[in-house]
Amino acid sequence: MKRSLNPRLVKIVWPLLLLVAAILFPLVFPNPALDNIAVLTLMYAAMATAWNIFSGYTGYNSLGHSTFFGFGAYVIALISVDKGLEGGFSLFLLVPVAGVVAALAAIPIGWITLRTRGHAFVVITLITVFIFQLLAFNLRGFTNGSIGLFLPAPGFGVDWFLLPYYYIQLAILVLALLTSLYIRSSRYGLWLLAIRDDEDRAEGLGVRTGTSKLIAFVISAFFVGMVGAMYAYFIGSIYPQYVFDPALTITIVLMAFLGGVGTLAGPILGAIILETAQQYFSIYAPTGLYQIFLGALFLIVILLMPQGIVPSLARLWTAWRVRRGAGGTPVAPERQPVAVEKG
Amino acid sequence: MSLLEVNGISKAFGGIHALDGCSLAVEQGSITGLIGPNGSGKTTLFNVITGYERPDAGTVTLRGTDVTNASPSTIFGLGLGRTFQIVRIFSRLTVMENMHIAVQRRGVRSLLRRWTAPDERAHAQELLDFVGISHLTDAPAENLSYGQKKLLEFAMILIAEPRLVLLDEPAGGVNPTLAAQLTDRIKTLNQRGITFLIVEHNMQFVMSLCDKVAVMHRGSLLTEGTPDQVRGNPAVLEAYLGD
Repeated sequence: MKRSLNPRLVKIVWPLLLLVAAILFPLVFPNPALDNIAVLTLMYAAMATAWNIFSGYTGYNSLGHSTFFGFGAYVIALISVDKGLEGGFSLFLLVPVAGVVAALAAIPIGWITLRTRGHAFVVITLITVFIFQLLAFNLRGFTNGSIGLFLPAPGFGVDWFLLPYYYIQLAILVLALLTSLYIRSSRYGLWLLAIRDDEDRAEGLGVRTGTSKLIAFVISAFFVGMVGAMYAYFIGSIYPQYVFDPALTITIVLMAFLGGVGTLAGPILGAIILETAQQYFSIYAPTGLYQIFLGALFLIVILLMPQGIVPSLARLWTAWRVRRGAGGTPVAPERQPVAVEKG
Repeated sequence: MSLLEVNGISKAFGGIHALDGCSLAVEQGSITGLIGPNGSGKTTLFNVITGYERPDAGTVTLRGTDVTNASPSTIFGLGLGRTFQIVRIFSRLTVMENMHIAVQRRGVRSLLRRWTAPDERAHAQELLDFVGISHLTDAPAENLSYGQKKLLEFAMILIAEPRLVLLDEPAGGVNPTLAAQLTDRIKTLNQRGITFLIVEHNMQFVMSLCDKVAVMHRGSLLTEGTPDQVRGNPAVLEAYLGD
């Protein structure tokens, strides 16, 4: 064991190194433009991870997660406006509250939408976004309609005002990741994956499919709601069309698919690639080129690695190790099935 | 009282009467074979018993409890496990992961427990060993051969410690060596107190294994008896060869 590293140790060391790198990043690169992108990337990474907990594991592709983003954003805005709160660190205490409200909203929404499956589920979740966007526009007395809501200014120092957002958002991402990891290694997580593979069969093996799906949906909404609140406080103003935004969920879903649905690292990798690309294109390229890039990228992924980057690389890695004779996933020895005569 | 009692079950799909007043009793501790020509309603009967289809009429009683319209999950929880004619496992999970789905332990704590815990793995490994695929523990289930998948599906159900197991063509598409091994395992489990109801077309398999055979024809029970009685019954031959 001396010559090769203990694989279990490697499994722990790698994420820790990445975490340290993420912690040091804004200190090593104190460039506001760069750190601004970093905060947004962390938000997308957390949402893609949260989306993956529900959709990646159960196979129910939700396009409705913007609803919970909007809930989170409106909760923090409405409470701070209503109570006349001042900015500063204390406003971050409303972030978990926003998460809880989004999770509570997910119970009836999930209860209704989870009666459908497959494409119907995709469509009905997308519709929920439009329903809540319309409500936010029209319940003017409550949401201020299209005029929007303005949050108190944070009042952080000019040279470090991004840091609180960065580190709190990083903490939310880590929490989402740990939740995802824990679920994946529990029997509950296996239930979710069983639902993805064959829901009726899972039901026949005693899996409580309805409750399991709903709980995953609620957990997922909790994290997205928190990110919505973070975003509202970060940007400072919210409008119905920007927080109940169908394009937002589609972006999250594409990130997860690009990196690898159902994996832990996939959604984060997808978020880093797409958010960086989006920012780069918006600064250096003519308008509209990003969409072309996005289309081209997805053609490449779908044609060459339809499962996403992480699973495809993992497969290549295993194949490479097997070729080197270092062993890998055992492959079932093929026994020829013999047809038994019927009758 | 029989372990499983099926009473006057009827089920029609459109104009086709798949089951027409079918009655059947499975005694505790038996290995009952269910045979009949293609389309005689064997699989539909399995689906009705296990809650996958709702019958138009009739009742299903398991250990004295009426389970006629109960959900598959409830029926499984009462100790009735089944395999499918076309094997149904979770192909994107590993063999070991497949094994932990059907563990029947109540409570949130058991659900939140890591299935990778040594004792959980050891128990699953024992069953994989029992059916003879323990060398494939960490392989993705989709990489298994058809016969191996059938063995996995069988082991997945055993982990729930069922009292009654319904097997739908366990020897179909399985090579003779594996089929012989399966016969042996079923007999061992039967000695440990598990009752079996088996649909099978392979007569040699049925005759060597079952202590009672029921014959279905056109959605209802034609006759039942010991393998020898059924073999000697001219009505059975007629059902198979047609009128």
